[in-house]
Parts: sequence; structure tokens; C-alpha cells
Amino acid sequence: MGVSTVQITVTVNGTAHTSEVEPRTLLVHHIREGLNLTGTNVGCDTSSCGACTIHLDGESVKSCTVLAVQADGAAITTIEGLAQNGEMHAMQKAFMENHGLQCGYCTPGMVMASIGLLNENPNPTEEEVRLGLEGNLCRCTGYHNIVKSVLACAAG
Amino acid sequence: MTEVAPTGVIGTRMLRREDPALLTGEAKYTNDLSLPGALHLAVLRSPYANANIVSIDVSGALAVPGVVAAYSGADLQSQWAGPMPCAWPVTADMKNPTHYPLAVSKAAYMGDGVACVLATSDVAAHDGLEAINVEYEALPAVIDLEDALSDRVILHPELGTNKSYTWDLKLGEAAVAAALDGGGAKYVVKERYIQQRLIPMAMEPRACASVPQPFGGDITLYSATQIPHILKVMAALTLGIPEQKVRVVAPSVGGGFGSKLNVYAEELLCMALSRKHGVPVRWNEERGENSVATIQGRGQIQDIELGADENGKIIAIRVRILGDMGAYLQLVTPGVPILGAFLYAGVYDLPVAYDFSCTSVFTSMTPTDAYRGAGRPEATYAIERAVDAMAAKIGMDPLAFRKLNFIRKDQFPYTAFSGLTYDSGDHLAAAEKAAGLADYDGVRARQVTQNVEGSTKRLGIGVSSYFEMCGLAPSRVLASLNYSAGGWEAATVRILATNKVQVVTGATPHGQGHETSWSMIVADKLGVAPEDVDVLHSDTATSPLGLDTYGSRSLVVGGVAIDMACDKVIDKARQIAAHQLECSPDDLDFAGGVFSVKGSPDRSTPLAAIAFAAFTAHDLPDGMEPNLEAHVTYDPPNFSWPFGTHMCTVEVDTETGQVEVLGYVAVDDCGNQINPLIVDGQVHGGVIQGLAQALFEEAVYDTDGNLKNGSLAEYLVPAASDVPNITTDHTITPSPTNSLGVKGIGEAGTIGAAPAVINAIVDALSGLGVRDMLMPASPNTVWKTIQAASGGSK
Repeated sequence: MGVSTVQITVTVNGTAHTSEVEPRTLLVHHIREGLNLTGTNVGCDTSSCGACTIHLDGESVKSCTVLAVQADGAAITTIEGLAQNGEMHAMQKAFMENHGLQCGYCTPGMVMASIGLLNENPNPTEEEVRLGLEGNLCRCTGYHNIVKSVLACAAG
Repeated sequence: MTEVAPTGVIGTRMLRREDPALLTGEAKYTNDLSLPGALHLAVLRSPYANANIVSIDVSGALAVPGVVAAYSGADLQSQWAGPMPCAWPVTADMKNPTHYPLAVSKAAYMGDGVACVLATSDVAAHDGLEAINVEYEALPAVIDLEDALSDRVILHPELGTNKSYTWDLKLGEAAVAAALDGGGAKYVVKERYIQQRLIPMAMEPRACASVPQPFGGDITLYSATQIPHILKVMAALTLGIPEQKVRVVAPSVGGGFGSKLNVYAEELLCMALSRKHGVPVRWNEERGENSVATIQGRGQIQDIELGADENGKIIAIRVRILGDMGAYLQLVTPGVPILGAFLYAGVYDLPVAYDFSCTSVFTSMTPTDAYRGAGRPEATYAIERAVDAMAAKIGMDPLAFRKLNFIRKDQFPYTAFSGLTYDSGDHLAAAEKAAGLADYDGVRARQVTQNVEGSTKRLGIGVSSYFEMCGLAPSRVLASLNYSAGGWEAATVRILATNKVQVVTGATPHGQGHETSWSMIVADKLGVAPEDVDVLHSDTATSPLGLDTYGSRSLVVGGVAIDMACDKVIDKARQIAAHQLECSPDDLDFAGGVFSVKGSPDRSTPLAAIAFAAFTAHDLPDGMEPNLEAHVTYDPPNFSWPFGTHMCTVEVDTETGQVEVLGYVAVDDCGNQINPLIVDGQVHGGVIQGLAQALFEEAVYDTDGNLKNGSLAEYLVPAASDVPNITTDHTITPSPTNSLGVKGIGEAGTIGAAPAVINAIVDALSGLGVRDMLMPASPNTVWKTIQAASGGSK
């Protein structure tokens, strides 16, 4: 169709994928539509909601703020890559055990951001959890049980 | 109906079975569905709030790579068998402007769809929109409700007025006049409150996809909807497709709060265009689009007068509502203020002296419709604010004033001024529990030392006691309100050959955890493990009958239907067991999944054996049909009436106007609780949505009708750092009107919260002469209100 593309390679959840992408393609769209990993959600168009949060080279990043071409060569973890050997990640379990989700739409981003938060600060206070998650919006839970989930995960 | 003791799983904090799929990315929302060959729809939206469409030229879009087709509203008129549906003509003379999925001759709000593009990708479809040329003749916008009522500018000239309807509930009008106008009431307060427009902002924007079978004749619509069953009926009527050919599926739905309780243009466009082109057509909404193209909530001016006698007892209430319908009537737009009409007396013992009238007008803004609570938060806000105003006028403590006026526990079941019967309640118990948890007396004591002359950190506590009319709804009552459908719910319980259970529910979850709760009801009832119960929902092919999820109705109507269907299955199984055990069915006990002969517990047979016998049908009583299955459609005899008291403690910085919420206590009574974990979660989320109306949220329009804050960067959905922890507790007063003794909890938090927060702020600032506070109580608004109250000389 005459649209120029660029070849990129990203390693997602341990698997390398080489693809042709348009330069304007956002990483979140490449993950969802190019790689068919639809667990990462899109909730806004202003990088406000955090539903698309992933880990890019180990850091939690809103994947709508990154162009796919900028991720060339990067290692990415999405929500689909957290569970190992059929066992959910400790943060996923903490969300389940503390009713930290309702409709689930913000949840993948919230879980990825929460893991990133504990990577940087393994023993946060409640206030640090609230501040650390301020880039991720949830409309169902009122955050009460999300904060509880993260604190429970930190406490092991 | 007595309180359920948690002998089985009911009443336990069982973790949700829905969660693993949602937590791992396995769950599929509509926009996650893989639909090979689907064309992508994009909608061109009017940038004007009120404009005639002079011409539309879509030809430019056809030259854009990837674009397959482009249409104006006029191009698609032949697709529609009827206009966009409104199911609630509240009065016989209600004005309802005819409108179609795409506007044809005029756009009536910013965001009104005027043309569309089909393309091979979403990006190409949006590129195509930019190549469409529309010539508009811009007209003045109508934003202000009183301006709209004046008919200075008439939005829909064919109606001759902006007024849609006036709806009255006048019961004891003469008594009201005598009390309020004739000096009969010793104390009278007259207050005006503004319910600002709110944007629901479910985290998942809307999405839909239509998959046609051009040769089979069937069509399947996948949609992020709360109402697949209602949508099926409406889509069939609007598109002229035989209803039995339409299947609607709601995949995982990322929150609704009423915003997905509608029939939307894009759903009908996808269906029509997928039939026309013979391929799947899909659409997903962008967030900025969601702010204008999905319904908004609230939007009322409320004038309320209370009269009280010399003892402080409320003796009369008069309410005048001016409601903002927006540009068109959507599915239940006109009914929203009417749902609140019965609740302006709140939880108080009012004689038959109630004078309510609501006039609703069209404005050139996004249509309003049901948003979490739908009319009931508005009503509760007005009465709970007015009660505080009355207490202040009399010089009473607001909690003491409430206690004086509560309907007492011994008055239930209580016949209200409206003729409705309130099922059960104990307002005093809930209020006293909340007062204890919030340390009401302690806060009052601290105020004496803190809120002194010159203090810039003012302490306040706000009380809100509410009734929620829910469990929508008895069909005959809905008929009396001119609603076009019933309020029943359907359930099927089917025991499979291996004693596993399938439950089919017409309730449609979008985050509420119905699968978990429904399995708990069935597990206790049938004596099976909850994990052996599968719950089928949200697909009209597997769940053909239902009226879906809104109005805190799922458990109270749908859950009770399941409970009743279990009873029917047990009755049938009992007959088979009696046949096997050679006794009378009346001689059998059923407990823990086992039938046993009364007095001879060794003569018994488990349900598993009955299930298999029903499946093989080798030896059933004469004339009995094989299989264990029962269907129930339950029409509730009454609304249910959850209630509670919320208390909010705030500290207001008088120099910056910043409100800090120090504590929030919610004591809610939803009758018996199936899963307290889920109940608390509903309260948490609801409270923060109500608190957000009080402190943060408002859809701001300029005088030209432009929405100024349609993105999540500008519209203040609160983040974790903006909101407090919530202390939840409960009283349990079972409903006597249903077999589970349940009442509903989905909207309670939202209903209770906004007045509790604003009452707290006004309480904190009362020493500075502040009597009221507009919502949202942003620092700017609070500061300006303080300045105005103190003449700028604080």
C-alpha cells in the first residue's frame, strides 16, 4: 500500500520476534496487533491510564509512550509472560487473594506497574504504593484492595 | 427470612474464579477478538455543538490507501428500519427527537456522528476520516439548562421547544403548600443544588464487532455492553432483522457503570455495514471519543424545600428538578430523574406531603443516561444536603436530627408516602455503628479546639444516610412508570450426568464476579462443590432470556431466580429419589447433596446418583421427563431497599482550598451477603466514584458547546494517590421479600459518598459562614467559596 516500514526485532516473554512495522506504530499496537498478545490493554490516548504498562528491559513503561521502532533490540515482558510453569507470579496471586481487581481491564498494567514498583522499593509504605501507582487508573476498586495487594506481595 | 448462618460457602470471602484469566491476559475483551478479514469502522464526528449539515463529500476518503468504503448519514438511511431507540417515554406527550446512527441533516452535539469509513485497518480508517469534506452551517449552542428551558435557541426546530417533558409525583400537595407556604412548618429551608455532568470513564472504552453469515442469514454482534439481551431486541427492531437471527455476545467487559447500558450508533453501524459488505466489521472507541460518544451522567439543577415542625420532624418536601437530557434521548435517558423521584424523602419518616416535579430539557451536549446510581445519587445528595441545612437552621447536630427523623426499625415493612413499601431497615443501628467507627463524638470534640478564630486547617465531619431503591424491578411498577420492558430475570439450573452443574443466567457481569457468587448460591443449595458449578452468561445463544445488569439488580433478581431454579431441580430429584427408595417424596430430607428418609438416615441416595439416573432415564417415575433441569423467570414483587450511613472526615486548608480526606467510614446494609469480599469491593469502588463527583470530576463545556476536558489527562478520574482508604462495615437486615434475603450493593457506595464528603467540607467551614459548596469541590472552588462567605476578609 505504499507505506514504508522498518524491520525490528523484539524479544517478548523470552521469544524473539522480527517484524516489519510502520514508523508511526506505537509499541502497544505492535504488541497487541503485530504479536497478538492482547493482555496488554489500551485505555486512553494521552498516556494517562497505564493500562498498557509493560516491562521494557526490566523497567515498567507505558507501551503507548514508546514507538515500536524504539524498542528494536529490547527485551519485553508483558502480562502473558509473568506466570511460570502454570503458576501465577506472586503479584498476580496477591491481587487475586486481596480482591485487587474487578473488571480486570486496568489489571495487567496495574500488575506490571506494581512489580516495577517493588523492584525499585521492595518495602514501600502505603503512601509510597499510592504515589507509585498514580500513573495507573482503576475505575472499579477505589484502589483500596490494589494497595492492599501490593503491600501483601511486598510482605511476602 | 432470617439471617443466613455461614454453614456452607455463602457468607464466606471466597476468592473470585474470574481472576486468573483476567490476571494473566487470557481474558478476551471485545477489542481482543481475532476476526480475520474484518474491516475497521471509524466515525467522523461533528466538531460543532449545533450545526446544519450543508454537504458531505466522502470521495476523498476513498482515495486513501486501505479505505474500502465511506458513507454519509444520508447514504445509510435505507439501512434503518427505525430510529435510535428510547425505551422510556416517561409521559405520553414526551418530546423525542428522531435520530439515527449517523446524523443526516444536522449535528446536535460535539461528537455527533455524521459520516464513517470502512478500511482494512483502524489506522487507515482514521486516515480516511481526515479526507472527508463536510460543510457545516454553525448554529448557537445551548449549554445552560435554564437558557435551554427559555427556548431562546431551539435545538430541534421540529419539536418547537427544548422541553422534553414534565413528570410529576404530587402526593399531598395541599399539605405541602400548607406547611411550606402557609406557615404550617416552623422551619423551612429552600436550597438549590447542582449535579454537574460526569463522564463515566469505564477503563475499557466501548468496542463492538459484527460478524455476518451472508448465506446463513444470521448475524452475531460482539459488544462491550452491559445488556446483550436488551441490545438483541433493539438491534432487531432498529435494523429490521428477525430477532431469532440475531445473536449478541458480551465478551469480558471492562467496567460499565451505566455507560454500557445502552444501544449505541456504532453497534448498529457495524451490524448494518457487515451485512452490506458481507464481512465482519469492527470498531473500537478511542478515549477522547468515549468522552463525547458514550453517554454522560448526572446533569440536574435541584431545588428542594423542606419543612419541619417545632420538634424538628420533617413534615413536607417539595422538589423541582431541571434535568439535562443532552442532545437526544438514549435508551433510558428520560427515566433517570424519575428513578430518583421516589427517594427525595431519603430514610425519613415523612407524612404524605410530597410535591415532586421534574422538567427535562434538550441541550447541545452529549446525551445523558444512567450513570452508577442513576437518579438515586442525585436524590440522596439533595435530601442529605438539605437535612444538614435544616439541622443548621434549627441549631441541631446533623446526626441527632437524622436520628430524630429516621424511619424506626419497628415501622418496617413501611408504607411510604409514595405508596411503595420499604422492605426492612434499621437506620439507627447503621448510623450508630458508623458514628462509632468514625469517632463522631471525638471529631466534634476536636473541632472545638481546632476550628477556632484564625485557624487555617478546619476539621469537618459529614454524615450521609441513604436508601437505595434497587433490584430493578417489579414489571408492573415499571409499567406504571411507562418503561417499555419488564424487570424480571431468568435462570436455568441443569445438573449434568456426572453431577456437575451448569447455571444459565440472564444477568450480564462486567466486573461484579457473578460467576463466583452464583456458584456459591448453587453449591450451598445443591450440596456440590462451587468449582463443580459452571455459569453461562452474556451470550444470547447460550442464555437466550435475560434483562442484564444495572440498577443493583443482578443478585436481587437474577440470583434469586437461580435460587428458585435450584428448588425446582431439587423437587424433581426428590421424586426420583423417592421412586428409588420406595417412599413418598414428602418423607425425604435433602441436605448436603443427599436425600435420606426421615428417621432412617441409612436409607439415602446422593444427588449424584439421581443425576445419573435422570440422565440414563432407565428407571424414572412414570411420565417423568429425563434429565435434571429447571428454568425460572422471576419477577420481583417489590424493589429492595439497601441502606446505610456513611461518614467522611476532612481537613480543609482555608488558605489553599485543599480538602484532605482524613477518614471515610461506610456502614452498608445490603441484607444477607453471599460473598462479603465482593460486597466490600463494590463499596470501595462506589465510594470512590461518589467521592470523585464531590471532589474531582466534571465534564466542562464552553459556551460554544465544546467539551474542554475529554481526555484522561484533563478529566480527573482520581488515582490511588488522590483517595483515602475506606473503612467498611455492615449491618445485616435481610430482605423479607426474596428467598435469599438479599438487597443489592452495586450502587450504594456512589449513592452515599458525595453528600457525606460535601457535608464534611461545609461542616468544616461553617464557622467561616460557608453554607454550601459546589461540586466538584476543587481547591479553587473551595477557596473562592470561603472568600465569598467571609467577604474576602477571612
